[in-house]
Amino acid sequence: MSDTAWIDAALTSARPQAVGALLRYFRDLDTAEEAFQNASLRALKSWPRNGPPRDPAAWLIMVGRNVAIDDIRRSRKQQPLPEDEAISDLDDAEEQIAERLDGSHYRDDILRLLFICCHPDLPATQQIALALRIVSGLTVKQIARAFLVGEAAMEQRITRAKARVADAGVPFETPGAVERGERLSAVAAMIYLIFNEGYSAGGDTAEARAPLCEEAIRLARLLLRLFQSEPEIMGLTALLLLQHARSAARFDTSGALVLLDDQDRSLWNGKMIAEGLALIDKAMRHRRSGPYQVQAAIAALHARAAKPEDTDWAQIDLLYGALEIMQPSPVITLNRAVAVSKVQGPQAALDMLEPLAERLSSYFHYFGVRGAFLMQLGRNEEARTAFDRAIALANTSAEAAHIRMHLDRLMRDSAPRDAKAK
Amino acid sequence: MLYAILCYHDEDFVGSWSREQDEAVMQKLAVVQEKLTKQGRLGPVARLLPTTAATTLRKEDPPLVLDGPYAETKEQLLGFYIVDCKDLDAALEVARDLGAANPGGAYEIRPVGVLNPGSIPA
Repeated sequence: MSDTAWIDAALTSARPQAVGALLRYFRDLDTAEEAFQNASLRALKSWPRNGPPRDPAAWLIMVGRNVAIDDIRRSRKQQPLPEDEAISDLDDAEEQIAERLDGSHYRDDILRLLFICCHPDLPATQQIALALRIVSGLTVKQIARAFLVGEAAMEQRITRAKARVADAGVPFETPGAVERGERLSAVAAMIYLIFNEGYSAGGDTAEARAPLCEEAIRLARLLLRLFQSEPEIMGLTALLLLQHARSAARFDTSGALVLLDDQDRSLWNGKMIAEGLALIDKAMRHRRSGPYQVQAAIAALHARAAKPEDTDWAQIDLLYGALEIMQPSPVITLNRAVAVSKVQGPQAALDMLEPLAERLSSYFHYFGVRGAFLMQLGRNEEARTAFDRAIALANTSAEAAHIRMHLDRLMRDSAPRDAKAK
Repeated sequence: MLYAILCYHDEDFVGSWSREQDEAVMQKLAVVQEKLTKQGRLGPVARLLPTTAATTLRKEDPPLVLDGPYAETKEQLLGFYIVDCKDLDAALEVARDLGAANPGGAYEIRPVGVLNPGSIPA
């Protein structure tokens, strides 16, 4: 690995801890980011020459802090009325060394850094963009590319999000147990959002967006390292790994979506699956179930099936039942109906869909699934109507292409019969 | 003499490698392994999953099961090699070769007392 690639990786891995600590000192996101940036520039000069420091994060925190304090002192001399709040703790050098040795803050530093990105006032897309910029350190250009928007628009989105966060005033005291738990679940939800932003991309954009999935997994592992015994964080990490393990099989060469049953399972990433399964095993031992664990358990049943027909659909049905109780949602019932169709047949599954019709009347997957059940029941005309509706509601060209494939199959199947009728 | 070469590295750092970087490092390591294999000196090799996948059993009475690795350290045990070397210098040479392919972190070189080759088919 070249020097710069090596240093890049070191800076990326140290970033959450370093920016988190700098944020605690300066209580201002821009100051913390700038301090980290300055420290990184010095690292690029110093590390190739002097070799890597034993603890890159501590190095970056010390250097970043010193540079920022110098800057603030300098600007104080220029401005007769300094803002005292700009600097929260100006400690002497000795205390800095004590800080370096005492890493006990770092867990809450990183959690706080992640948490400020999921402020409830911020729309989901801004939360994600902010986290990718601040915590992951992706460039605005990289984030813009993943979101398929222009750089200027993304820059604006991030600036706006930062301003909102600054207005909101996040508490800097060490959080209590209850608050820590609340922060943890908000952060977990945001990491899941990042993942979904990458995962729900169509075949044409999947490659540009794959880094979002990888980044989400990195953040989930980071969170789990900080909270080793949290079964829901194990569940979240497992869920992301098990879903992402299938990424190479999810689209065909033309970018069309390949359904689970039709995927080439040899393309699944065995190492990610192994890690996901290991994490679920660990989570189950705690006997504190939660939505991420249940979803991960469902993904695990798919991952464990060597062939589609080996899938334990009865167990998946039960797990979706548990999920329905935890988080009642028509989308979960819709997913459960797919499992029911495999266990009890399409009619029972179709019956489950009826009560959802109104709430999911503009949901692509509802009509896709409904069309598939109707097709299995031989009600081709109704199936065609459902598929037409699905195409009209498709979010990506891959989704539309997939439904068109069903329609083509319908045409082929019904054509000979029509011919005979004539 | 058999030596275990235990690989310690900051797993945050290793986890920050891009897929291409990871593959490039693995390829370079494979070259070193290939050489040892040809010399008939390479035993089992393992790359361990992240420490987040680890569980620790403390042998108290009753034994205590804890999530995570045995020790919280700056660098984590991420894998190991078993290599046949005539002496420590030869083992250090292997470690240097591996280190050139995968910089950063540290190798602990430990002579093996007993090696049970086990029964898992490769």
